[in-house]
Amino acid sequence: MLMNLFKFKGGVKPPTNKTQSVNLPIAQAPLPSRLVVPLHQSIGGMPQPVVEAGDKVLKGQLIGEADGWISAAVHAPTSGTVVEVAMHVQPHPSGLDALCVVIEPDGKDEWIPREPVDYKSLPPEEVRERLQQAGVVGLGGAVFPTHGKLTASKTVPMDELIINGAECEPFITCDDLLMRERAEEVVRGIGIFRDLLQPKKVLIGIEDNKPEAAAAMRLAVQALGESFAVVQVPTLYPAGGAKQLIRVLTGKEVPASKRSTDLGVQCFNVATAYTAWRAIAHGEPVVSRLVTVTGNVHEPRNYEVLIGTPMDELLKLAHPHPDTDGIIMGGPMMGFLVPDRQVPVVKATNCLIAHDDRLFPPKAPEMPCIRCGACAQACPHELQPFEMYWFSRAKNFGKTQEYNIFDCIECGCCSYVCPSRIPLVQYFRFAKSEIWAREREKNAADQAKLRFEFKQLREEREKAEKAEKLAKAAAAQAAKKAAEAVAAAAAAGESGAAPAADTAAAPAVATPTDAPTATVNPEKEAKRATIEAAMARAKAQREAVQPKNVDNLSPEQLKAAADIEARRIAAHLIEPQPADQTAPLDPNN
Amino acid sequence: MDILLAIAIMALGAVVLGALLGFASVKFKVKGDPLIEKIEAILPQTQCGQCGYPGCKPYAEAIANGDEINKCPPGGIEGVQRLADLLGREVKPLDAEEKPKQIAIIDENTCIGCTLCIQACPVDAIVGAAKQMHTIVAQQCTGCELCLPPCPVECISMQVIGENIDNWKWKYPVVEIKSEMRKAAAMKAAA
Ligand code: SF4
Ligand code: SF4
Ligand code: SF4
Ligand code: SF4
Repeated sequence: MLMNLFKFKGGVKPPTNKTQSVNLPIAQAPLPSRLVVPLHQSIGGMPQPVVEAGDKVLKGQLIGEADGWISAAVHAPTSGTVVEVAMHVQPHPSGLDALCVVIEPDGKDEWIPREPVDYKSLPPEEVRERLQQAGVVGLGGAVFPTHGKLTASKTVPMDELIINGAECEPFITCDDLLMRERAEEVVRGIGIFRDLLQPKKVLIGIEDNKPEAAAAMRLAVQALGESFAVVQVPTLYPAGGAKQLIRVLTGKEVPASKRSTDLGVQCFNVATAYTAWRAIAHGEPVVSRLVTVTGNVHEPRNYEVLIGTPMDELLKLAHPHPDTDGIIMGGPMMGFLVPDRQVPVVKATNCLIAHDDRLFPPKAPEMPCIRCGACAQACPHELQPFEMYWFSRAKNFGKTQEYNIFDCIECGCCSYVCPSRIPLVQYFRFAKSEIWAREREKNAADQAKLRFEFKQLREEREKAEKAEKLAKAAAAQAAKKAAEAVAAAAAAGESGAAPAADTAAAPAVATPTDAPTATVNPEKEAKRATIEAAMARAKAQREAVQPKNVDNLSPEQLKAAADIEARRIAAHLIEPQPADQTAPLDPNN
Repeated sequence: MDILLAIAIMALGAVVLGALLGFASVKFKVKGDPLIEKIEAILPQTQCGQCGYPGCKPYAEAIANGDEINKCPPGGIEGVQRLADLLGREVKPLDAEEKPKQIAIIDENTCIGCTLCIQACPVDAIVGAAKQMHTIVAQQCTGCELCLPPCPVECISMQVIGENIDNWKWKYPVVEIKSEMRKAAAMKAAA
């Protein structure tokens, strides 16, 4: 099919070194002595282990449960016994440990009951859920959980579904071999993606140095009666970068701040499509993947490898030359030397390259930047690496962001062409991780500040509430005392209490005994009542001697007197509080 | 007549512009003191009081009023550097020892549920109720150590947060140019 192709700026043409590993068909790697399966193999939440040491597991059994929607489950790659769930060194440039499930194979390689389904009869949500449960992630290297990319945007119509079979990085041939040998299942997997996303077009991009793979894919597409277009794109590193391939096939430019779905494009790797098909139509979770083993070895070849296989055991199958002094995971442009030869193969491992000084001669020392601009010309994202380098080196991270350091895909083109041999990408990685760390710290600080301020606010409010309560209690006591005083005064007046005083006193005496009944138990209540009675009597006695002219007062006068009394007591309350409290304890009544 | 019209127009203009300015001054009012806010944004918000003030904000205010910039140990020398940059002051060595980032851990078997640590924690990172075991929400703990002294059974300890895959950072690329040069020279000499 003829198609108008677009171009991306920059790019380099390193020696492809692919022919070595395509001569032999894919081989099944034998069961290793033990499998170390890291739980965190995808972007997103860290799966939680659901097995313990001593458990017997079957091939495909769940061992790590997805944590949250963007997270993918992890499964036992073969049947056997869980030896431990412990920290082991990871295939990660840091050389740090992470939680792994270690399994000793029993040699039977016995599957759990598999449940193939016809996905066309399932609602789309269930298909996505099954993909998550099967641990399907992007196998191109980014390991983003695939189900998370399979929901069509509600606002932007899906124009193109891009299937990435470009495989632009030197040495790596696992996607090539997959397309040559298993094209039918890849195409069927693409069918699942197509049905979920409903794009207008499906484009399969393959670099033109893989004619066999393209032919096999075309044949499979025809045989299955699909309308997918297999497009051969010029061989130019990094044509297989998602953004570059989208650019080449559709002419759309995806900025760092946006996702490709915002422009109506979604992109998947061919191997991801293959595993998605196995997961849905065969009920097989992702427990193995294709890995190219190449470099300084006798027999470069692609192997189907169980996840968790120690890299040195896998490398031995290809008979490495004795001067091999390390293993590169990934390609020579974006890969890294693994920190330990024992680290396991994970879902992101597409290639192992046996390293030696002949293939990868040590770099001569770095020289100062001469601002030749070669890096800017090579950069597929039209960045200015020398400026970003300058500011990363000076740790001026704000400036690096002004030069869009987060648009950098770390493809390594700039380092590749730099005549001064500056490890530019290393500077960019350093700057990016510093910026991320700062962001994390800033977020934590903001949260702490918020929580601290909230706590202060709460304490203040509690204080205010307490003060208010105290004031209320004081006022209530004052009122009560005033009423008691009136009652006492009335009682003191011997000449048959005035009816007005009686009615005023009766509720006053009743309230202090009534009100607390609701909250206080009867025993305490009784005690309180006696104390109150004693107080009243004591007061009455005291008061009895003082006011002589309270007889035959009008209700108005009584009320005025009570008010005055109340105010007095309220004022009194401030200083002679203890005196008041001792009164009830006064034993002379 | 003309002059009256001119005066009226000018007066009207003055009123309109005055109203506009008044409105703008209310609408675009700068809240708080921007300098204090900028300083506070640099302070780590650990709220530990090691600077001698009851929290980061009071210290920010004190710095704005001329106090030294090197009193915050959790901020480290990097914090001092950033404060110095902001304020145009001289960088001074930290007035205390710099400690690695840590969080508090309660030994849940020893905890008696006295709630004293909850009251001490400035960021409410401890959950628990009276006579119930307490625990610390690791994400929210700032590592201020304020919960250590009040605990009557000394069941709280500080744990350094080590490097892990999630917080690991790429190192600054260092090339020992001299030794590399020497190596190159030696190779040349050998050849
Ligand atoms: S290619 Fe190297 S020397 Fe040239 S401008 Fe870029 S960083 Fe500088
Ligand atoms: S590594 Fe980054 S800066 Fe360098 S060429 Fe690639 S995208 Fe551009
Ligand atoms: S020492 Fe630093 S972190 Fe602690 S309260 Fe003072 S400013 Fe905040
Ligand atoms: S738990 Fe302890 S160390 Fe952590 S923030 Fe609260 S008081 Fe500080």
